Amino acid sequence: MERIYIFKRFERFWHWSQALLIILMMATGFEIHGTYTLLGFGKASQLHTNAAWVLIALWVFAIFWHFTTGEWRQYIPTTDNLLAMMRYYLSGIFTHAPHPFRLTQLRKHNPLQRMAYLGVKLLINPLIWISGLVYLYYNDLNAAGYEVELGTIALFHTIGAFLMLAFFVVHVYIITTGHTWSSHLKAMITGWEEIEDTK
Amino acid sequence: MKTSSFTHLARCRVRRAALLAAVLLGGAIQGGHALAARAESTADHSKFKELQQAFSSGPEVTQACLNCHTEASKQVHRTKHWTWEFLNPANDQRLGKKNVINNFCISVPSNYPFCTSCHVGYGWKDASFDFKSEANVDCLVCHDTTGSYRKLPGLAGHPPYQDTEIPPGSGKIARAVDLTKVAQKVGRTSRDTCGACHFFGGGGDGVKHGDMDSSLAAPDKELDVHMDATGLDFTCGTCHRTSSHDIPGSRYTPVARDTEGAHVPGREDRSLPATCPACHGQTPHKGNGPAAKLNDHTDTVACQTCHIPAIARGGVATKMSWDWSTAGQLGPDGKAMMKKDGDGRVIYDSKKGDFVLGENVIPDYAWFNGDVTYTLLGDKVDKNDAVTRINTLGGSAGDGRSLIWPMKVFHGVQPYDPVNRTLVTPHTAGNDDTAYWRNFGWEKAIDAGMSVSGASFSGKVDFIKTEMSWPITHMVAPKEQAVRCGECHSKGGRLERIEGIYIPGRDGNRLIDLLGWLMAGGALAGALIHGGLRLLRRDA
Repeated sequence: MERIYIFKRFERFWHWSQALLIILMMATGFEIHGTYTLLGFGKASQLHTNAAWVLIALWVFAIFWHFTTGEWRQYIPTTDNLLAMMRYYLSGIFTHAPHPFRLTQLRKHNPLQRMAYLGVKLLINPLIWISGLVYLYYNDLNAAGYEVELGTIALFHTIGAFLMLAFFVVHVYIITTGHTWSSHLKAMITGWEEIEDTK
Repeated sequence: MKTSSFTHLARCRVRRAALLAAVLLGGAIQGGHALAARAESTADHSKFKELQQAFSSGPEVTQACLNCHTEASKQVHRTKHWTWEFLNPANDQRLGKKNVINNFCISVPSNYPFCTSCHVGYGWKDASFDFKSEANVDCLVCHDTTGSYRKLPGLAGHPPYQDTEIPPGSGKIARAVDLTKVAQKVGRTSRDTCGACHFFGGGGDGVKHGDMDSSLAAPDKELDVHMDATGLDFTCGTCHRTSSHDIPGSRYTPVARDTEGAHVPGREDRSLPATCPACHGQTPHKGNGPAAKLNDHTDTVACQTCHIPAIARGGVATKMSWDWSTAGQLGPDGKAMMKKDGDGRVIYDSKKGDFVLGENVIPDYAWFNGDVTYTLLGDKVDKNDAVTRINTLGGSAGDGRSLIWPMKVFHGVQPYDPVNRTLVTPHTAGNDDTAYWRNFGWEKAIDAGMSVSGASFSGKVDFIKTEMSWPITHMVAPKEQAVRCGECHSKGGRLERIEGIYIPGRDGNRLIDLLGWLMAGGALAGALIHGGLRLLRRDA
């Protein structure tokens, strides 16, 4: 069995704290949306707001880290192996076909992952963040003469939340599709990914 | 008060020295108020020669007062407390107690001697009352500090000068008032003096308002943070800051949304002093975190909406509805009777009909911009309408003048003229042949009442459903008991029926929600199927 160090300490810290915050924000966010009652609206919205600020701070660090380390290149989309990856998820995985993608430190995400994460970073996150900040400050924006309607802001924020939820579900499942059911999870905890032996 | 004036001035970028001065001034005023509450006047009225005499009537006392307080009666003459009349400049409606019809005791004109026991004057027994008479102003009813001064229904605003059996034949004796003692002990108005009338509007304790009853005479902090008798101990006049007997704060032209900052000594403030922002400003919640979001609500929600969680919180029930159509059922002895509920509260009275009482009632909520339009005598009403509004309150989400207000919505069933299609003004109180409470005949009572009102009556009587809205503003609870966020930010919550705004927790786009759950659910289903297949084929 080969092992390869792909997730550095900051990256793992960033991933798990972000995971925690996003789960917290989904749980409180859907309560604020009126889907269920758990903590009560006031507590939920307070927690949601505080978590948002922490996440924003975390993201500022993460963006800085991605650019200073050059890791941002990991998300440049590619069509290499894209079809092969799709075929693998649709059929190869059931017949124990070899994984079509070999990860290295410089290419640690398969082409589908690249696209998915890029989508999160360029689409879902900005949608949630911008609509969320406008949601938080819509009184001040209105007072400053920018007429924004809360219902519209909430609509965009909700769309973002559902996209994030769908991503989250798929993401959690895809974790199990590594060399073994748990090798991806272990990698994100220890940094070391187990990969198939080179033939 | 100190804190809010501080922040307000800071915002206005007034120099530091001025700021300090204002804070000190604010402190002095606060201290001054506390001192006033202990009633240290510079004058001892018992030492005044004018008051060291036996008075035989109220007007004699007033004459004595006027020797020094030369302008007092003239000032009172200019107020609604005296005229019972108010011309609404917004819609030219002639209002005031003398003119409006409500769905409690209905109307004043043919019942003057009884209704005017709450007039700040002496002798208003019919339309011929002299509104120019300075001696007829009743100083004592507002300035009594002894608690022994009492005006009785039927005496046209006079207190009893001899021991009087009231009501006649009841065996209950009201003692003659000691005018000399009361006159020598006059002082500032108090919760008791204002409350002598305002707690008992509608014919009994707490009947009318729902946020004013005798429990406010000496409330604890839980009932009213400001009037708390062992704490801040506000009187009515602390907020209804009166100058020249003109008391600010009107039910006919209320300020529903005060956009001004907190009042500051030394600055000219033109806004009403009786609103919450007049002391608390526009950002009343202090501190970090939730305070900012709470302050964001002040352009949408009246302070009262969160800070007065229920109506009639002081242990005195208020009337929620009154059905005049069932009045007139007499007991087996052929006499008027009453029925009481388990708590001993009257729920049926032969003279008045059926009542529904309520304590700790969750208010109704409505947009309110301060516009009030009455249905007056002569205005057409229609029994086919679901309900006839005694007063219609203006307001909407988008008019820029409204806030969401708590309301006591009072439901009535009251007599009307089905031919002329107007409300009517029955003659209820009196010891004559037409008064309803003595004779139980609607036709005669309404005929008599309408002729005093100068309105035509067809002779036919029917009953019509009416509704009257009372914006709630008293009995402010401690902040710990303020309405919780989730009570409005939820489906089926307190603000369920408020239109025109998006309320997080209540509202959402149903299509987006459906698509969202389909997408997330689909993802989950896909993952489960995919994973299940992998499990099945793990040994293949």
